[in-house]
Amino acid sequence: MPIDPSYAGRTYPPTEPYAVGIEKIREFAEAIGDANPAYRDREAATALGHPDVIAPPTFAFVLTFRATRVLVDDPELGIDYSRVVHGDQRFEHTRPIHAGDALTVTVTLETVRSAGGHDMLTSRSDVATVEGEHVAAVRSTLVVRGEG
Amino acid sequence: MAPSPAEVEVGTTVPAQTFTIRRADLVRYAGASGDFNVIHWNERVARSVGLPDVIAHGMYTMALAARVVTDWAGDPGRVVDYGVRFTRPVPVPDDDVGAEVEVTGVVAAVLDGDRVRVDLTATHAGQKVLGRAQAVVQL
Repeated sequence: MPIDPSYAGRTYPPTEPYAVGIEKIREFAEAIGDANPAYRDREAATALGHPDVIAPPTFAFVLTFRATRVLVDDPELGIDYSRVVHGDQRFEHTRPIHAGDALTVTVTLETVRSAGGHDMLTSRSDVATVEGEHVAAVRSTLVVRGEG
Repeated sequence: MAPSPAEVEVGTTVPAQTFTIRRADLVRYAGASGDFNVIHWNERVARSVGLPDVIAHGMYTMALAARVVTDWAGDPGRVVDYGVRFTRPVPVPDDDVGAEVEVTGVVAAVLDGDRVRVDLTATHAGQKVLGRAQAVVQL
């Protein structure tokens, strides 16, 4: 059954703060095979004008992937996770994430549409510091494949 | 060193890179990202849902492709906007050879405020795996 488009616009409560640590950034950079010193070395990052090592452009996914579970777990949306595939992804940064940030994520379901028997849910995850500074807007489209 | 605005115009190419993805890379990415979807490490389950093999995380391919831009920008913090569509999966075989993804980039637009849009093309086995892959770089 298609997901009701009137659910678009709903916003979920912010997540608990996520403490961004230098070792997590290094681990993520290692996992994507990126030796850029800005992700690993404090001196290199501060020489570029950053307060501490910065995270790669897609690092915010670590936070937003968790946060968007609220969509899958929302009983009113009734999403069958085994049918979900990732349609698109976008990161718009107000500034880079850096070690020492304490970040919350607020998920908004922006659009719900159905086409070709599939449901497409586009969410916007706003990443902000606990002090209220906006860091990134992360958009993701989940495609719920139709049955049959 | 970041390229200076004066030396960048529409059509400026960004150095291409080729990445090799092996099963071990997917395991490491799963751990680092928290995305433990079984289709990225379990061939039996991947095939049972109609996939040709274990497939790479789309986000892993997206992260690799970003490197073409972050290496060019010098300071990766200059990549202020980055988006892709996931158009085709990258199957990763259970061998030591892995799957190759080639990424090229070209400046497609010069924007206000010394920003440029780089359009990326990521191909595996001759076919595009990302669509509308675009990064905005603050020069």
